[in-house]
Amino acid sequence: MEKVAGSVEYKPIKKVVSGNYAAAYAALHARVQVVAAYPITPQTSIIEKIAEFIANGEADIQYIPVESEHSAMAACIGASATGARVFTATSAQGLALMHEMLHWAAGARLPIVMVDVNRAMAPPWSVWDDQTDSLAQRDTGWMQFYAENNQEVYDGVLMAFKVAETVNVPAMVVESAFILSHTYELVEMIPQELVDEFLPPRKPLYTLTDFDNPIAVGALATPADYYEFRYKLAKAHEEAKKVIKDVGREFGERFGRDYSEMIEKGYIDDADFVFMGMGSLMGTVKEAVELLRKEGYKVGYAKVRWFRPFPREEVVEIAESVKGIAVLDRNFSFGQEGILFTEAKGVLYNEGVRPIMKNYIVGLGGRDFTVKDAKIIAEDMKKIIESGKLDREIEWYHLKR
Amino acid sequence: MNTLFGKMKEEAKVISPKSVDEYPEAPVSLGTTLINFTGDWRTFMPVIDESKCVKCYICWKFCPEPAIYIKEDGFVAIDYDYCKGCGICANECPTKAITMVREEK
Ligand code: SF4
Ligand code: SF4
Repeated sequence: MEKVAGSVEYKPIKKVVSGNYAAAYAALHARVQVVAAYPITPQTSIIEKIAEFIANGEADIQYIPVESEHSAMAACIGASATGARVFTATSAQGLALMHEMLHWAAGARLPIVMVDVNRAMAPPWSVWDDQTDSLAQRDTGWMQFYAENNQEVYDGVLMAFKVAETVNVPAMVVESAFILSHTYELVEMIPQELVDEFLPPRKPLYTLTDFDNPIAVGALATPADYYEFRYKLAKAHEEAKKVIKDVGREFGERFGRDYSEMIEKGYIDDADFVFMGMGSLMGTVKEAVELLRKEGYKVGYAKVRWFRPFPREEVVEIAESVKGIAVLDRNFSFGQEGILFTEAKGVLYNEGVRPIMKNYIVGLGGRDFTVKDAKIIAEDMKKIIESGKLDREIEWYHLKR
Repeated sequence: MNTLFGKMKEEAKVISPKSVDEYPEAPVSLGTTLINFTGDWRTFMPVIDESKCVKCYICWKFCPEPAIYIKEDGFVAIDYDYCKGCGICANECPTKAITMVREEK
């Protein structure tokens, strides 16, 4: 990622870490106070590392061992309601088991931050990368940030806390199973004093331990009141868009890596078509676009960083400037299509913007997606745009035929 | 006032927001939920026979609401604003001093 002009000079702490360790270090640097988690592959090493920090006396964190993810999130909810900064992590079936509690955390407006290590849902049993687990939690009211690499995992957790605590909505930072979680990369970490300046202690809306002003959390709302609370959560998501951009810009100014856009764009201006996708997949795509450009393809990329709240305006802007969009979905909504595809198409309807859009289902369950694959898709998109005809809307790209 | 929460209960306020902006940001009950009279749910009401009561306070400990309080004379009493009529107290009382009586409404 490019350095931002005018960003402050500081000496980063350079560490070669896995995505999971990057997440654990970010939680440490964010000075989380409570962690409740249950180990599940491939998330396990996040909480192992946090347990190690605690054992070594490097962190003053209350670690709550629990018997399942449902309890983990319940414990996080309780801790967050007291006003603490709370962190947890999970994957796939574990995240699914949390489902009910995810609604609870968002509904109660508790800014918990969780790392979900994307892992395919079973059966067939799989521990490899697939975004369907996190996207199935789309409607729980959690914000979602998709990291492309280990640096973005680290930065994402720090930013997620700041955004979550500003709008009082929980946030998920999502990374790929093994591709990031267990792969080591150089990550530039930020000295503690500078993180502290960026992320001051949490100021909760209400706390359970303010005995002079008692509150009851999660009490009953009859039909006379429920609706208004839903609207407030919806509005918080809308407000979060501005906060995300501001926090992303501030992060860039302070630390040199700019996240002021909810969608990271490249070569958009003169592109005939772009690849749109999320997560580690987009690292491969960016590499491919560099090569394709040299070969004369007028192609760009749009990496969706924040999926919730959904960057409607930015998608429209991209669609206005291109003839085609190849949406790469490492996920699938059965009975319909790739989830990002649905969302991206949906926002364009009332704008009257109609680039040709094709949905490529790729990489499910950890299937490799390579630069070569991106090239084949680019070739296909080129043909579609030249002919103006979409052969089929949804392509199961890797299928053995 | 000789009930569990006495004066606090009298002072508890009902806030009825008129517009969405008047609602608290998170769905919390500001103040306490003392005005949430769970006693409305009751079908059977526990009645204490003080002549059988040995002041063991087992009922006081077991009441889930809690709707049982200890009076100045040491006997237990029930705050019917909160007693939901579950019958746990009657079941637990070792001397069978509490009976559940069907309420006519
Ligand atoms: S019936 Fe249940 S709620 Fe009522 S006083 Fe007895 S234990 Fe408490
Ligand atoms: S359990 Fe029975 S005997 Fe014991 S305090 Fe309650 S009413 Fe009295």
